[in-house]
Amino acid sequence: MVPLSYYLVLSGFLFACGVAGFLIKRNIITIFMSIELMLNGVNLSFVAFAAHWHVLAGQVFVFFVMVVAAAEAAVGLAIIIAVYRTRETLNVDQVNLLKL
Amino acid sequence: MTSSLHLWLIPILPLAGAAINGFFGKKSSRTAVTTVGLVFPGAAFAWALSAALRFSSVDLPYQEYIAHWIRSGSFSADFALYLDQLSLVMLLVVTGVGFLIHIYSVGYMWADPGYYRFFSYLNLFMFFMLTLVLANNYLLMFIGWEGVGLASYLLIGFWFTKDSAASAGKKAFIVNRIGDFGFLIGLFLIIQHFGSLNFTQVFTQVQPLGPEADAGLLTAIGILLMVGACGKSAQIPLYVWLPDAMEGPTPVSALIHAATMVTAGVYMVSRSHLIFERAPMALTVVAVIGTLTALFAATIGITQTDIKKVLAYSTVSQLGYMFMACGVGAFSAGIFHLMTHAFFKGLLFLAAGSVIHAVGGEQDMRKMGGLRSFIPWTFLTMGIATLAIAGIPPFAGFWSKDEILWQAYQTSWVYWLIGVITAFLTSFYMFRLLFMTFFGDYRGARVDDHGHAHAAHGHDEHGHGTPHESPMVMLVPLMILAFLSTVGGLVGIGNRFENFLAPVFGTGPVAEAAGEAASHGTELLLMGVSVAIAIFGFMLAYVLYISKPYLPQKIANSLNGLYKAVLNKYYVDELYAKLFVKPLVDASTDILWQGVDRKVIDDSVNNAADGARHVSDEVRHMQSGNLRSYAGWIAAGSALVIAYMIWMGVR
Repeated sequence: MVPLSYYLVLSGFLFACGVAGFLIKRNIITIFMSIELMLNGVNLSFVAFAAHWHVLAGQVFVFFVMVVAAAEAAVGLAIIIAVYRTRETLNVDQVNLLKL
Repeated sequence: MTSSLHLWLIPILPLAGAAINGFFGKKSSRTAVTTVGLVFPGAAFAWALSAALRFSSVDLPYQEYIAHWIRSGSFSADFALYLDQLSLVMLLVVTGVGFLIHIYSVGYMWADPGYYRFFSYLNLFMFFMLTLVLANNYLLMFIGWEGVGLASYLLIGFWFTKDSAASAGKKAFIVNRIGDFGFLIGLFLIIQHFGSLNFTQVFTQVQPLGPEADAGLLTAIGILLMVGACGKSAQIPLYVWLPDAMEGPTPVSALIHAATMVTAGVYMVSRSHLIFERAPMALTVVAVIGTLTALFAATIGITQTDIKKVLAYSTVSQLGYMFMACGVGAFSAGIFHLMTHAFFKGLLFLAAGSVIHAVGGEQDMRKMGGLRSFIPWTFLTMGIATLAIAGIPPFAGFWSKDEILWQAYQTSWVYWLIGVITAFLTSFYMFRLLFMTFFGDYRGARVDDHGHAHAAHGHDEHGHGTPHESPMVMLVPLMILAFLSTVGGLVGIGNRFENFLAPVFGTGPVAEAAGEAASHGTELLLMGVSVAIAIFGFMLAYVLYISKPYLPQKIANSLNGLYKAVLNKYYVDELYAKLFVKPLVDASTDILWQGVDRKVIDDSVNNAADGARHVSDEVRHMQSGNLRSYAGWIAAGSALVIAYMIWMGVR
């Protein structure tokens, strides 16, 4: 049996990768994927805890997170397409119309 | 309790009048305002009369419970009314004289733009005064006490665009506040030691106590109550507001600052007579203050040239008489003088108002003179009032003043002597007023070049050729009051008035019955002396102001320093300004305003704001608008939190 800490370390690593990607990358799609990475890092820790404590709530929660993530992906991708159509770029530093 | 008198109607009716005129008077016609303003106090008077008629059919003291008000532990104070012989006298004086003055005001204030406001305030005053008189506990009395102070403030400053009127109103209010402070402390002492403010409950507890040989609790209460009375009733050292209060319209001076409100102190002291009788030292304080005030104010009255100022000092002096009576234990004599004084002093003020009206707003007696042919009715009624206040028999003032002097004589001849000197001065300055105003030649402007005078006064719009008589609506109250001033004293013959009040005051500490029979001759002698001295005052005034009018100036010149001191009211106002007002103003400016307010409060607020701005200026840079930098901050923040939690967990 794989100990709980392994999962948690992996989960933390995934989350840290997501954070790092989010902060470093400029391409909006990469940023988007980083977010998914963070979400799934968290999901992993949920599932790990659920299995460890034999409580179903963690797994149920993961389903919810996945549903929301799917919805977010749909909306987010739609926005990305719209942004690309109008601005012809995916570099977030150039999408700064709202800045003063 | 045989039947209910529904006393609550008496104060409520004027309150309704005040509310109607106050809320709707601005839009209503003058006739409507007049109707409301007269009907409600008139109805109160009628109801008071009917209560007086049914007076014998109820158990005394009659108490009427309206609603409960404060219940706190064992202490309670209710809205409840109390009627006995004393409050009945006050009730009739307040509603009766008050109603007459309301009628008079219709004529006097007719042209004033604030007509509705005036009647609203006047009715409001009636409400509070009646609450004061009818209350069955000190607390409700205090409400009335403060309320009349408010009404007085509003009415003194009635012409509030005039600077002097506005500040006179403030002065009255603030000086009264000093007195009220003493009154309140007195009430607290009563609560602490008797657990109640209800008259009946307090007095039944006071009753079994013996007179205090040394200064004790009752002495303290008595003196503190007297401090309150000094403020409201304008006694030394708090009398300074009353002469300034003459800035108000003349009916106000008559109603509030002569006939009713200023006598509230006398009423309160009389109401508390059980406390005072057991505190001889407090009683002595009352007598000394009263006597000194009577003499002091009378001397100032001699030199004043403003017709209303003379009457104001005269009022202070007569109030001193009443306190002297209370101080020697002759409470019923004090109340008797209160009643007759309400008649003749109310009349004097109203007549003075009629004079002022006749000469177009002029108040300086040096610019009057010879008016008796122009305004005969005013002259006649004012003459009667002057005879009454001077103490010429058989007019009202004679009986009450004589009663006070006689009672004072039985306590100490010093009081009597000062009282007689005051009576002489009173007679002198009143006849001086009468002669300067009505005799000799008219010294005022005959053509209407004094339009500015009445424009400033605002009560008379039409032009003035020669002085003219006031309208009927003003003269009728004068005549009624003149009638009362003539016969009002007769109720005192044979101690009838005293016997009427006897259930309230008991026989008093002065051994009345024994002393009276033995020294009937003395009483007659004293009576003769006081009449003689009144006539002497009259003659002196006649000599100085009619037969040899150049003399007063000569006397004034030869007594230069003294005359100047008296003319300037002994510089009391200036003294108070130096002693109390200036230190207070300076301390407030330097310490409270510049020190506490500017340096501590303002600066702490400003520094807090400055600090917040400086911090924000620095922190602002975090909010760059770059989305990823926000995310970086969030990540850094959560890393910090997690690190902290791990560190805590490890520990």
